[in-house]
Amino acid sequence: MYFELAWRNIWRNSRRTLVIITAVVIGVWSMVFLGAFSRGMLNNMLENGKSVLIGDIQIHHKNYREDPSIDKSMEQAEIIRHLLKNNLSKNTLWTERIKVSAYVSNARHSTGVTLVGIDPVKEKEISFLGKSIVNGNYLEPNDKRGVLVGKALLEKFDTKIGKKLILMTRSKSGKVVSKAFRIRGVFKAQMESTEKSYLFITMHGARNLLNIEEGISEISIKIFDDQNVDIVAKMLKNNIDEKLYSVETWKDLLPMLEAYVRIFDGFMYIWYVVVFIAMGFGIVNTSLMAVFERVREFGLLRALGMKPWRVIASVLTESTFTLTVGIVAGNCLGIISVFLLKENGLDLALFGKGAEFFGMSRIIYPVLTLTDVISVNSVIFFLGIIVSLYPAIRAAQITPVEAMRE
Amino acid sequence: MSTDIKMALRNLFRSPVRTMLTLSAIAFASLILVFMLSFQLGSYEAMVNSSVKIHTGHFQVQAKGYNEKQNMRFAISLPNDIAEKLDKIKKIQAYTFRANGFSLVSSKNRTRGILVTGIDPEREAWVSTIKTLVRKGEYLDAKDRDKALIGSLLAKHLKVSVNDELTILGQGKDGSIAAGVVTIKGIFSSGIDEFDRASIQIPLNYFNDVFYMQGSVHEIVCTAESLYDVKKITQELADDLQKDQKGRDIVVLDWKELVPGLVQGIKLDLVSAIIFYIILIVVVAFSILNTFLMAILERTKEFGVMLALGVKPSRLLKLVLMESAFMTLAGVVIGGGAGALLTLWFMTHGINLAGASEILKEYGMSGVVYPKLSLISALAGPGAVLLITLCAALYPALKVKKLVPAVAIKSA
Repeated sequence: MYFELAWRNIWRNSRRTLVIITAVVIGVWSMVFLGAFSRGMLNNMLENGKSVLIGDIQIHHKNYREDPSIDKSMEQAEIIRHLLKNNLSKNTLWTERIKVSAYVSNARHSTGVTLVGIDPVKEKEISFLGKSIVNGNYLEPNDKRGVLVGKALLEKFDTKIGKKLILMTRSKSGKVVSKAFRIRGVFKAQMESTEKSYLFITMHGARNLLNIEEGISEISIKIFDDQNVDIVAKMLKNNIDEKLYSVETWKDLLPMLEAYVRIFDGFMYIWYVVVFIAMGFGIVNTSLMAVFERVREFGLLRALGMKPWRVIASVLTESTFTLTVGIVAGNCLGIISVFLLKENGLDLALFGKGAEFFGMSRIIYPVLTLTDVISVNSVIFFLGIIVSLYPAIRAAQITPVEAMRE
Repeated sequence: MSTDIKMALRNLFRSPVRTMLTLSAIAFASLILVFMLSFQLGSYEAMVNSSVKIHTGHFQVQAKGYNEKQNMRFAISLPNDIAEKLDKIKKIQAYTFRANGFSLVSSKNRTRGILVTGIDPEREAWVSTIKTLVRKGEYLDAKDRDKALIGSLLAKHLKVSVNDELTILGQGKDGSIAAGVVTIKGIFSSGIDEFDRASIQIPLNYFNDVFYMQGSVHEIVCTAESLYDVKKITQELADDLQKDQKGRDIVVLDWKELVPGLVQGIKLDLVSAIIFYIILIVVVAFSILNTFLMAILERTKEFGVMLALGVKPSRLLKLVLMESAFMTLAGVVIGGGAGALLTLWFMTHGINLAGASEILKEYGMSGVVYPKLSLISALAGPGAVLLITLCAALYPALKVKKLVPAVAIKSA
């Protein structure tokens, strides 16, 4: 009967209730929708950051990250290969790379790049490269003289598929070595800077250029959804000789993105609270008005022997109903708008370069996570109940004598 | 008139709690908006300034096509002719010549492919902050030839320090091989990783010889007295160059064109923030709409009596609107004022974003951000709140006009 009473009470002044519910709906909708949208932006930044040669976990020579040169390569790759084969689950993917800084030139142009020697078959499944060839062919595993070039670099160099590029770098002995490579294919990346700063050749080609037999610069591992990056990394760390090698997750490799994720989460909570406070004033005011216009009624209830805490409970029940209706409607609207945008995403063409500046793609797809939805709803619900305590307590303080004076 | 004001004020204080709560909601929104906008504008300015001061300058004069392709052959062959034109424009503070060439730079046991820049040591110091950023060794002086300044991260990668030698191997302007040996004179650290990782600067005259530039340069970097003058100056200069036959192949690029990502990044950030702000204001508007509505509906009888006594409906409307306006104005002024004070305090003390310093560094800012209170950031937010809340007050106020005295008096 309590619930029935409360439900009827809130609809005694339907216009007032509808207005405050609208405020809650807009608040919840904005939190759900914009939250999903921002989460989409963030995931997109993460994926972009990771897909450009990072992966989830990487293994390097202990000092490679400080000094990314061929001197710091892992000589006994066989041991690591064996370790990975035995310890990683079957669906985990991994690939080896040689990565050095190089200087590329043709007859008219020259620039500095990162030269990556890859295992074409495995690389295809791990990084963005496999899906990004827009012209020409991907590399064959035994191609010693082929190179893949980014579209932006190709244009900058006024060159085309089949032409030659001279790659120059430093070998292990310190000598400058150079060889001509032929452009086999052109790749396109999410970001222009990737297209300009990476060149890909085969592992054979890289060893041939650098005059080495063995040795790799890095191993990149991609794990799948059901596994936790930190757990896998810890397992590898326990099994590997940490005096020689370092195992790092994307969080260590992209500290900026990691920090961004943390700041973003913090920011979203601040935002939830700010919107809630704006809403909270309205909720308190409305329920306070609803209490003050019923002073006689509460006085009568008290005179009939109703305990103060039951008065509090009944006012809180009314607030709960108002909040719940608003929250449910807001969530529905939020989820509907996320699904409407899910198909096509939101095109940030207007700010294309700006999106790139932040490491995002042009088209953003909203991502709705259960955690986000739950945190939005709990913030509003619990804070809503807390602020409603004030009018509820005021209602409980009304005495029969006071009510008679009205 | 004064009676109306008195009545409006008294009506507001008939239910002090309600008025205070509504006022607080408005003030809260204004405060948040003033502070957040100032914070954003402050960080944008820091981003632009650090980028402008360290490297790009406010605008540059380049050969057509150089900015897109960075091709050495797109050079300005007679820079002094343009310098004469620049000297004539008053609001230009300083300018300097630069030339760039990609090269393989090697130390004893490390090599990197990076952009080598030739600078005029004396003039460079007027345009950029590079001189003040030298942390080890010394800045170049006018007589230096085979000396170099390098970024701190680059020095780390090449494993070199002051007085070590570096070999430069690149391609000259005519396509021939350019080679030289330079001694490191100073190491600078700007805090922008990208810049500290990939730049080496050598004296322009030496660059000219090594890369066979024959007196030509790639960039004439200029700074104006203020960011706001840039548009006018670049327009003037571009017109001047157009008149000249030789000036046809030369373009004037402002910082927005030189760092397009920065401008669009700022726009994107601003637009998404504005969406957040609008939603905040709308939520506030709805949560106070109720107060306005109640303040009128509970006085139906009173209004009926007033109408019956001969008060014109338009005067009643004015009274009701005045009540809302007083409340909104007070809220906006209090909130805006508090927001401005808060911002002013942080303007001198800075906001320490220690957790975000990695990110800020990427955008060329230090760990401490200073919000910047300007006329726009102080007025835009409260202005928008004022406008939208007044609109929210309009709907209940218009109801007053529709009241019929006889019916209104009878209502409870």
